[in-house]
Amino acid sequence: MTDNGKNVNRRRFLREGLWGACLGGLGAAAGLTGARNNRDNMVWQIDPNLCIQCGNCATYCVLELSAVKCVQMYALCGYCDLCTGYLVPEPTALDTSAENALCPTGAIKRTFVEDPYYEYTIDETLCNGCGKCVKGCAAFGNGSLFLQVRHDRCKNCNECAIAAACPSGAYKRVPADQPYLLKGVERKA
Amino acid sequence: MTRWTPITASIIVLLMPSLSTLGEIRFPPPEFESGYQFPPTTTPAAQSVIREYIDAAVLLAALLLATYLILGRRSRRAIYVLMISALLYFGFWRDGCICPIGAIQNVTLTIFDSSYAIPLVAGAFFVLPLVFTLFVGRAFCGAVCPLGAIQDAVLIHPVAVPRWLESGLRLGAYTYLGAAVLFAAIGNSFIICRYDPFVGFFRLSGNWNVLIIGASLLLIGLFIGRPYCRFLCPYGVLLRQTSRLSKWRVTITPDECIKCRLCEGACPFGAIREPTGDWPHGEYKVAKRRLALFLLFLPVLVVAGAWGGHSLKERLARVHPRVRTAERVYLEETGKVEGTTNASNAFRATGRTSESLYQEATIIRGRFAIGGALLGGFLGLVTGGKLVALCVRRRRTDYEADRASCFACGRCYQYCPKERERWKKGKEVPAGR
Repeated sequence: MTDNGKNVNRRRFLREGLWGACLGGLGAAAGLTGARNNRDNMVWQIDPNLCIQCGNCATYCVLELSAVKCVQMYALCGYCDLCTGYLVPEPTALDTSAENALCPTGAIKRTFVEDPYYEYTIDETLCNGCGKCVKGCAAFGNGSLFLQVRHDRCKNCNECAIAAACPSGAYKRVPADQPYLLKGVERKA
Repeated sequence: MTRWTPITASIIVLLMPSLSTLGEIRFPPPEFESGYQFPPTTTPAAQSVIREYIDAAVLLAALLLATYLILGRRSRRAIYVLMISALLYFGFWRDGCICPIGAIQNVTLTIFDSSYAIPLVAGAFFVLPLVFTLFVGRAFCGAVCPLGAIQDAVLIHPVAVPRWLESGLRLGAYTYLGAAVLFAAIGNSFIICRYDPFVGFFRLSGNWNVLIIGASLLLIGLFIGRPYCRFLCPYGVLLRQTSRLSKWRVTITPDECIKCRLCEGACPFGAIREPTGDWPHGEYKVAKRRLALFLLFLPVLVVAGAWGGHSLKERLARVHPRVRTAERVYLEETGKVEGTTNASNAFRATGRTSESLYQEATIIRGRFAIGGALLGGFLGLVTGGKLVALCVRRRRTDYEADRASCFACGRCYQYCPKERERWKKGKEVPAGR
C-alpha cells in the first residue's frame, strides 16, 4: 500500500502544480489585458477614403436595417442644384419628383436655401447605407456625402459582419471616444 | 499682427493634409447671403463603456451565485432560474456580445498583433469563467453561459450518446478552437463570432445560413443535450481541461455514495461515471500492449497532422482577404479571367503595384504554412491523447460526475436518495464535499 500512497502523492503534486500553472497563466492573461487595453472599448468605423461604395454595408449588417448610414458634411457640400448624389444621371427635371431621385429609399431631403443653392439632408430612419448617393457625390461632386457606422444603432459585434465582407478593407477598429472618421476633420493622435 | 502669422500658418498646414485626402472640391461651398448656417454633422456617441463594466460585474455576480447554488444550496431549480436569467440578460438583453467564447479571439489577437488594444471587458470575460472553473468546475457552462442555456432549455428527451462517439465528436471542438486561434492570430477573421449559431436568435436577425445552423443545433438539442457545448464549443475545451484540476466540484451525493445506481441515467450529457475496480482478468495485458502501441503511435500522429496542416496552407490562407485579392488580381493580370471584382477594383484604386500585393500574400501564406503545421500537429496530439486515454483506467469507488464533462447543471442531485434524506432532515452539506 505504500506504493499506492506514493502514487497518490505524485498525482496530487502534479495536479496542484498544474493548478498553479493555470492560475499563473490566467494571471498573465489578465496582466496582458490590463497592460494593453485603452480603458475604452473599440468600435467599428469606415475609413471614407478607402470606401468604394460597393453596397455590402446595406446587405451584410446583422441588423435588419443596416447601422451604416450616409452622413452629410455640410461644410464640404457644394449645395448644387444639379446634385449627382440626389438625382439620377440625366434627370428629366431638377426637382424632388420620385422618378429623378437616386436614393432607393427616398432618404435624402432636398430643401431650397437661396438661389441657386439647395440643402441635402439624410433621413437616417430611411437610409439603408447602400452608398448610391455617395458614389454619385464622389464622382461629380465634392464628396461631402460618405458612409459611416452610426453608433446609436451599431451592435458593435466582436467581428463586424460587414467588415468581413468589405472588399476594400475600409473597416477599422477605432477607440470608442473618437468613434467617427469624418471627412475633413483631423483626428486627435 | 505678426504674432498671429505663425498661428494662421500652422492652421493652414494642419488643414492641408485633410483637404488633400478629400480629392478635389469641384464646387466650393457657397457663401450664403441669407445668413444660412451649416448644420453640424451629428455623431451619436458609442455605447457607454460603463454598460460594459456593468456586464463584467453581472458576470462576476452570476458566477459567485452559481458557485453558491452548485456547492452550497445544491438546488437544480435555483440553478435553472439563474441560467434562464443569464440567458435573458447576456443573450436577449445584451444581444449575446461579448461572450467568453468569442473573447478567445480577442486575447489571441492581443498576443499576435501589437497594434490591437483589447477591451478590458473582453479580457475579464475570458479570464473570469476560467478562474471560477479552477475552483468549482464548469459553473459558467451550467448556470451562466447564454449559449448553453438556450440549448439546456430546449432539451426535452435526452438520448444517450455512446462514450466512444462522444469522445470522437469532441474532436470537432478541438478543431474549432485551433482554427479560431489560427485565424484570429494570422487570418484577420473571428470565425467563432462569424459562425456563432445562437446570436441570431438573441438579436432576432442575422445571416440566414448561420440561423439555419443554429436552428438545426436546437432541433438536435431536443434529443441530444447541449450539442454545441459538447461537440463544438472552443471555450468548452479550455474549461474541460481546467475543470480537471478544480479544487471543488459537483458531487452527486451530499455525503456518501451507497451505490444504489439511481443516478446512473440522470445525466443527459453522459457525464456520470460508474465505479470501477481493477482491470478484468486477462484484459490488463492487452490494454498494456495497446497503451504502448498508442504511445509509439502518438508522435506519428503529430507528424502526420503537422504535414497535413502544412499542405493545406494555400487553402487556409484564402481566409485572409489580402490573399484572396492577390489571387484574383493575379488571375486578372494574366488574363485567365474576364472582368474585375469589387476587391480588385478597390485594390487598383489604392495605386499600389500588383507585385507588392503578391509579396504580401506570399508572406501571409508563409505564416499559414507554420500555423497550419502547428494546428495539424495539435490535432494529431489531441487524437493521440484520446487514444491513449482509452487504455487508461481510473479507479473509482463511487458514482461520480466526470470532472471534465460535467456542466454543473445540478440535475443529478435530486436522484440521490441521500440527498432526499438531507432535504427531509434539513441537514447542511458536510464540509469537504
